[in-house]
Amino acid sequence: MATNTEFTPGEMMTIAASRALSNDDVCFVGIGAPSAACNVARLTHAPDITLIYESGTIGTAPEVLPLSIGDGELCETALTTVSVPEMFRYWLQGGRISVGFLGAAQLDRFGNINTTVIGDYHKPKVRLPGGGGAPEIATSCGQVFITMKQATRGMVDKIDFYTSFGHGDGGDHRRRLGIATKGPTLLITDLAIWKPDPETKEFTVVSLHPGVTREHVQDTCGWKVRFSDQLEETPPPSELELSTLRELQARTERAHGGRKGS
Amino acid sequence: MAKFQSLHDAVRDNLRDGDTAAFEGFTHLIPHAAAHEAIRQGRRDLTLIRMTPDIIYDQMIGMGLVRKVVFSYAGNPGVGLLRRMRDAIENGWPRSIETVEHSHAAMANAYEAGAAGLPCAVFRGYRGAGLKDVNPEIRSVSCPFTGEELAAVPAHRPDVAFIHAQKASRRGDVLIEGIIGVQKEAVLASRRAVVTVEEIVEDFDDLHPNLCVLPHWTVTSIAHVPGGAHPSYTHGYYDRDNAAYLEWDKVSADRDLFMQWMKANVLEAGPEAFAERVKGL
Repeated sequence: MATNTEFTPGEMMTIAASRALSNDDVCFVGIGAPSAACNVARLTHAPDITLIYESGTIGTAPEVLPLSIGDGELCETALTTVSVPEMFRYWLQGGRISVGFLGAAQLDRFGNINTTVIGDYHKPKVRLPGGGGAPEIATSCGQVFITMKQATRGMVDKIDFYTSFGHGDGGDHRRRLGIATKGPTLLITDLAIWKPDPETKEFTVVSLHPGVTREHVQDTCGWKVRFSDQLEETPPPSELELSTLRELQARTERAHGGRKGS
Repeated sequence: MAKFQSLHDAVRDNLRDGDTAAFEGFTHLIPHAAAHEAIRQGRRDLTLIRMTPDIIYDQMIGMGLVRKVVFSYAGNPGVGLLRRMRDAIENGWPRSIETVEHSHAAMANAYEAGAAGLPCAVFRGYRGAGLKDVNPEIRSVSCPFTGEELAAVPAHRPDVAFIHAQKASRRGDVLIEGIIGVQKEAVLASRRAVVTVEEIVEDFDDLHPNLCVLPHWTVTSIAHVPGGAHPSYTHGYYDRDNAAYLEWDKVSADRDLFMQWMKANVLEAGPEAFAERVKGL
């Protein structure tokens, strides 16, 4: 497979995330970076993947990336579109979704996510949009993948608010709360691939993207980073992966008049 | 029984000061024209329910109509944050507002419970989530059969729902197509329902039997407002005006600019302006 040495960290992140999805997955797609990754997977190695957006579209195959979770494109290319109560009751709560794919404003080492407030809830420094579907996506999907760009502001020692529960304080915290699903099993950033330690559930770097150093990963992360003993290097994007992502983004920009879409 | 009215009269007759109202639409079919009419009529002390408060709630909050918002995701879809809502929460401008925050699953279940005539909704949710520590309306019940602990929230029972739809028949039946969101549940959960439509057709005789239709006797008032969802979209009629959502990010960033925009585009405009706004989309 031909590889390409000219790619951005953002492209590497999206492509590494797309590789984690398989043809058999039924994936609940969050808006932003997850949406690009899911559609690259669909357009490359996982043509039969089922993509579901919380607006009710099941089996959607958008030609361009949606700007919002409820763009007409999602409905027009879907197998079927159901109501939002049906989406959350039958499909998400009913256990039909194998992977939930989320982004995060703030993330901690145990995969807990905050998209609600920065600062105190009742007197916030910044009021963020809130959880939307995420609190139940995090607990009802078979497993959860998280993707975000690394920054000390986002990857923090302690999140300000538990919008959606990852592994809590680590260990068997999910089980103790009666949550039967696996929770976060994968974190893909622009620098590395992380997996939870089997015992402590703390995210551990298992693969560095090409050209990335351990120092760079640590400098952009607010907690003391653990690296796997068998640290690998992420294979660079193939020509096919890169051209698929770039063509998808170019189509999206043309369709949305200069907007990148997500 | 659905009454055909001007939007002015429909809002005047169905929305009162202090009401709990739901202007619903999940990215699609957002009832912008109806919200603008509420702003022109200067309603006060409203409690607004909505899964995804976006530009219209930002506008209503910024114009001081709102006392309380019940919601699950407050953002400008695809763009960012709601700046007027943030100004009200963070700085109390133009007045402070109370917020009751839920997840999407809770809100959807609460509408469904309201439509089903139940006092509360029961679902598997909020496990490990921080919202249950800050929202006293999030409680739990034990399943009487298995003992499983489940989340419970009160049903939504708005005084009035406002939605936008593709078509009404002359009899007043309403057709909603595409991403249908929670509109059917919101209408059936509410005491009164006002629907703006793109088009009024003779009858629904040729439709597929399983479409999302609200019978005329579930709807209080219908107003014919072509383009009434702009800058949101109406599936089959016009596309989303993405540029307008981007523009709103700039307009809403500044209090004076916001007031100027509202004066020119809402206070001194009428529902007939919407047809013009969707031309070419």
